[in-house]
Amino acid sequence: MITTGCRIAIASGKGGTGKTMVAVNLMYSIKDIIDGKIQLIDCDVEEPNINIFTKGRFNSEKEVAIKIPEINTDKCIYCGKCAEYCSYNAIIFVKSIPHIAVMDDLCHGCGACSYACETKDAITEKNHVLGTVSKYNISDKIEIIEGRIKVGNALAVPVIKAVKKEANENALVIYDSPPGTSCPVIETINDVDYVVLVTEPTPFGVNDLKLMVETVKKLGKKMGVVVNRIGLGTDDLYDYLNAENIEVLMKIPFDKKIAGIYSEGKILVDEFPWLKQEFLDLFKKIHI
Amino acid sequence: MKQITIISGKGGTGKTCITAALASVAENAVVADCDVDAADLFLILKPHILFENKYLGGKTAVIDYSKCTNCGICKNLCRFDAINTIDDRITISEFSCDGCELCKRACPEYAISMIQSDSSRWFISDSRFGPMVYARLGIAEDNSGKLVTVVREEAKRIAKAKNSDFVIIDGPPGIGCPVIASITGVDITIIVTEPTQSGLHDLKRVVELANNFSIKPLIILNKFDLNKEMSEVIERYCKKNNIEIIAWIPFNRIFVDAMVNQQTIVEYNKFSELSNVIQSIWNKIQKYTV
Repeated sequence: MITTGCRIAIASGKGGTGKTMVAVNLMYSIKDIIDGKIQLIDCDVEEPNINIFTKGRFNSEKEVAIKIPEINTDKCIYCGKCAEYCSYNAIIFVKSIPHIAVMDDLCHGCGACSYACETKDAITEKNHVLGTVSKYNISDKIEIIEGRIKVGNALAVPVIKAVKKEANENALVIYDSPPGTSCPVIETINDVDYVVLVTEPTPFGVNDLKLMVETVKKLGKKMGVVVNRIGLGTDDLYDYLNAENIEVLMKIPFDKKIAGIYSEGKILVDEFPWLKQEFLDLFKKIHI
Repeated sequence: MKQITIISGKGGTGKTCITAALASVAENAVVADCDVDAADLFLILKPHILFENKYLGGKTAVIDYSKCTNCGICKNLCRFDAINTIDDRITISEFSCDGCELCKRACPEYAISMIQSDSSRWFISDSRFGPMVYARLGIAEDNSGKLVTVVREEAKRIAKAKNSDFVIIDGPPGIGCPVIASITGVDITIIVTEPTQSGLHDLKRVVELANNFSIKPLIILNKFDLNKEMSEVIERYCKKNNIEIIAWIPFNRIFVDAMVNQQTIVEYNKFSELSNVIQSIWNKIQKYTV
């Protein structure tokens, strides 16, 4: 069985399969058998939901920002080299007028324009806030860390990077991943020891799980699957998992009572002791 | 031609099943699946692929070690923590690299070049409800927002060529880059939500996003009977913010049963109460786009 100093990601591919539910209830189920610190880190920075359930005590908040350019048009000689160096089309340059402007929302803050500019003080850099990282405490031992992008910001990855920097090397760290299979998910799972994939036995659930299994394989991570809402859908999922030799860590039945408790933002294992035992068993199956 | 996008904030609220159902009652529409990370609409619409196209994705920097002198200039310039020294050798992480090309431009030995991934695909297809455009993002690929734009542009082009009245767009969950790409410039944005604390939290963020783009969204409250109190909380929130709830849909196993049968919920039972609700949603959409 794993203890502290490990990182586990809860991911899914398809949205709404129960990632956050598994992350939160796993943490509550194992907290009494873990001696050291536990951190639950919400990497679903577009829609972070962990603390709706955990209701941790607010501790601190800091902004996540990137450095973006500001062009001083008094100093600029309109050579256009910065626009040529920008790989994101974030600098609009028209030589004939001449006109130059930065599109803040397109900029990724790579610094290529500042590097390119040879005119002193023509480009300076300013902070562009993308979101926040907040810390909450459940107890001295348990910490919730939430990344949250500002609405309208398209760049999730820098906020995920920032929230992951808060992970403590000696703690047991659980990451709640965003849905999908692209860059925010890769950023979340690329340095974990184990990935728990949450799915449901529906055609959509199976299709998106397959994409996620391929992604986890490409990253070379160990994984296991939690099947949520059994009783809905078909057996195709189990055929696939058998063929791929992927372990089923846990099965959670579809039950309107469970859905009701979840909808209120409550902790399921507080209401259903049998479920707590299932989560403890799941935890024992995770081998790193 | 009018564009309608279905999004949700929170995943798993029923976006794709509702999009498919709307496609089956709409006449003269083009369907676009813009959830390119986890595209599922094709599982119900079973389209026949007419054209498969490569999508050139993000670029990644690679080092030619026969030229690299380990000087570390690239490592010091990289702002994405993508370049590190591993076993005394400068190494670029393909997953962290953002493709900005600064390292390539700065390398005095010309040891760095960019490779562009071409593992993503997008498809022009024909379904039993008309033309459909969808995509498959390559494994562990980025730039899904740009692929969304490609899918949307192609769907628009087909709609214009065929004189279609509507483009129906299935959007991704969340509020980030692919969602922004899915709602920019559309005529109607529909948000499918559910009566949970998470659903409400995510709804508020996606409404704020829509407002940023001066879009007035319409709401479908799905599975409303799973928690009637929460449904009332959502109703009050919508009233207060002057947002119309265009449909209340009770929890219904038909959603999954129809999906298993590769049918839309309307095809599964044309005369069900659920089919009536879908028809009334479509009538409202038509009314609002006149």
